[in-house]
Amino acid sequence: MIKVNTEDYPWTRPLSVQELLDEKGYIFPHIVVRINGEYIEEDDYPKRLVQDGDDVLVLHLMAGG
Amino acid sequence: MARKILKSYEYKPQKLTRGYTRKSLYINVGDLSVKEKDVSQMMIDKFVGGKGFDLYYLWHATQSETKWDDPENEIVMSAGPLGGMTQYSGTGKTLVCGISPLTGIPIDSNAGGYFGPLLKFSGWDAFELQGKSDKDLVIFIDGNKGLIQIEEDDGLPEDTHLLNEKLTSEYAENEDDKVNISVVCTGSAAPHIRFGMLNFSFYDPRRKTCRVKQAGRGGLGTILRDKKIKALVVKFKGVTPNLNDVADISAINKIGVKYAKEMHDRDQKQNGMRKIGTANTVSIMNKYDLLPTRNFQTGGDPEVVKISPEVFINNFLTQGIHDGCWYGCTMACSKTADHFKLLTGPYKDQCVTVDGPEYECVAGLGSNLGIFDPQAILEENFYCDTYGIDLISFASSLAFTMECFERGQISLEDTGGLDLHFGNVNSVLEILNQMSRGEGFGIIVGQGVRRCKQIFVEKFGADPKLLQDIGMENKALEYAQYSHKESLAQQGGFALTNKGPQHDEAWLIFMDQVNKQIPSFEDKADALFYYPMFRTWFGLCGLCKLPWNDIVPADNGKTDSPAKVPEHVQNYVDIFNAVTGKTIDKDELIRQSERVYNFQRVFSVRMGHGTRAEDYAPYRSLGPVTKEEYLSRQELYDKQIRTVHGKDPESMSIEEKMQLQREHREHQFEQLMDAVYKRRGWTSDGVPTVEHLASIGMDLPELISVIEEHKAKGK
Repeated sequence: MIKVNTEDYPWTRPLSVQELLDEKGYIFPHIVVRINGEYIEEDDYPKRLVQDGDDVLVLHLMAGG
Repeated sequence: MARKILKSYEYKPQKLTRGYTRKSLYINVGDLSVKEKDVSQMMIDKFVGGKGFDLYYLWHATQSETKWDDPENEIVMSAGPLGGMTQYSGTGKTLVCGISPLTGIPIDSNAGGYFGPLLKFSGWDAFELQGKSDKDLVIFIDGNKGLIQIEEDDGLPEDTHLLNEKLTSEYAENEDDKVNISVVCTGSAAPHIRFGMLNFSFYDPRRKTCRVKQAGRGGLGTILRDKKIKALVVKFKGVTPNLNDVADISAINKIGVKYAKEMHDRDQKQNGMRKIGTANTVSIMNKYDLLPTRNFQTGGDPEVVKISPEVFINNFLTQGIHDGCWYGCTMACSKTADHFKLLTGPYKDQCVTVDGPEYECVAGLGSNLGIFDPQAILEENFYCDTYGIDLISFASSLAFTMECFERGQISLEDTGGLDLHFGNVNSVLEILNQMSRGEGFGIIVGQGVRRCKQIFVEKFGADPKLLQDIGMENKALEYAQYSHKESLAQQGGFALTNKGPQHDEAWLIFMDQVNKQIPSFEDKADALFYYPMFRTWFGLCGLCKLPWNDIVPADNGKTDSPAKVPEHVQNYVDIFNAVTGKTIDKDELIRQSERVYNFQRVFSVRMGHGTRAEDYAPYRSLGPVTKEEYLSRQELYDKQIRTVHGKDPESMSIEEKMQLQREHREHQFEQLMDAVYKRRGWTSDGVPTVEHLASIGMDLPELISVIEEHKAKGK
């Protein structure tokens, strides 16, 4: 089990940040990702793996009129 | 041009110092008097400019009982001390205030276009219009000659796209001079509805046509036509980078260059504002269940793919042209559909330039009316603009009416034969045309949601409880186009506002609903303090808020509070200081806003409004009104029944579950109100305290008097 934005989310295998964003349907372009408090660079989304027990924050920023 | 000049007034244009001319212009169109007023140091210190100056003048021009159509009501406009800069994006806004025909309290709205900056460079920090004329007028300000003329209309067209072209051509000496002209006007619908809006023009030399940006909210165009003002025209030639006579031009240049590079490097990876503007978020809102659909019943629809940003980019919007609505804006999000052939209405078969569509347009005139046809949306967009109709109020009013029609609350006979099922484009366009002609059912829809509710109940026998639940208005202003049932913070972001539910105070849906960053009432109250205050500041200074957070620096995510975009906040602090010579910090920036925000709240209290009773939201804002809405998110709602209430949804009827949800959500909203009022320094009735006003340096005698009078009434 991992946490995504404070809520439990099932973990079945190591998956990349990008895979997690895709699974969750997080398509917003202004996103900040932190794993256990560590800031993840956008370029690292495809390779950085989320492990069982990780606390993931996916912060959507604001935008729009 | 041979219009009769009713009044001519010469003045000496005041040059700017540190962003201010320290002069304001007053015109009374009833007796044709023209006055110059001094802008005091107190005004600058307490009210900053822009919306602050507007509200200050409006307060002193009106009484507690002033109605929107009384002669003493004013339209006041101001560009703010940073307005007219050319080194940073989004510095061309004009802020406009008046007593609203919809809400009966002060409304503030803002627009791009050139009018505000050119007005300031013509010598005026603010412009008050008071009185009522008995004949249609054009007011012309020549900022180079120092000349004001009040002219009698000689049969000018009513609709914006025609009127702007004619006036711009008339006042310009030649083609090159047209960029020095800006017109403020409305359209043919404005006299017949309560949400007529103002169009602010700028001439586009590449397209060789006038473009428009809108001060849409609250019926300011209706006030303009009630005063029988056909148009305001300003002319100023000679815009250069430092007309504001700033304190530190090199600091501004440095910040501007850095920001421009950021825009160049980042926009294509982020929102693509330069390709489509704010409409980039339509598909995103749909994906996150936030796109209002069929009167805010649901948050999306599979058909949204037909009105996605790509559809407009690939088929309608001109690309590859820098589309800023003021000089120097690198965001340049004012896109257009050029050579757009109209298929209906009085301008059928003509090719026009349509300014837009912006997000609110696609959501409001599209999904919220059940329309998923881009051609139809652009056609509605054009007619709203040229007729002078605020498309947000139009969309929410008509969406409400269509739901009433579909639920049998009003009939075909009541609508004058118009089939108002969702998605009926022909009927929607006919309503617009009726508003323009001042006839038929369109006039009723044009009264806005609150008055429609009353009319539908009293005249057509509709169910008042249902209409109260599904009519998306607060303070008699229609909601902006975001579905927000699952974000308590945004429910407050819309309803716990000064003017009514416009998202320019706070947009907290992601922070609350998706990020879960602000779980407690205190967290939400903090957000509903900080963001409305921060965003108010743009309106004091003459700025567009889009450059703040529609693009963010590459390392923004590493900061402690990425949602605030700290680097951009610092940019604004530094620019303010560099223009004015002052030394504010980010905390004083918030206090500047807080003073004006509280002033506006007390203004509403003075007019018998501005209390807790008027901050309540319709239930559709808070939760599912109908079974269909519950079923559309059944998994989520049933989960809440289990986790929040500890009950088994399988053992409950849908009516029981809906009632449980309703009691809980309404109770939560009450708790949110308590927390927000406390955080803002207000009483539990939502009124600023004298102590709080003193703590922010806003204990002006006229405000104290209103608060004490309110207390004396036992309220």
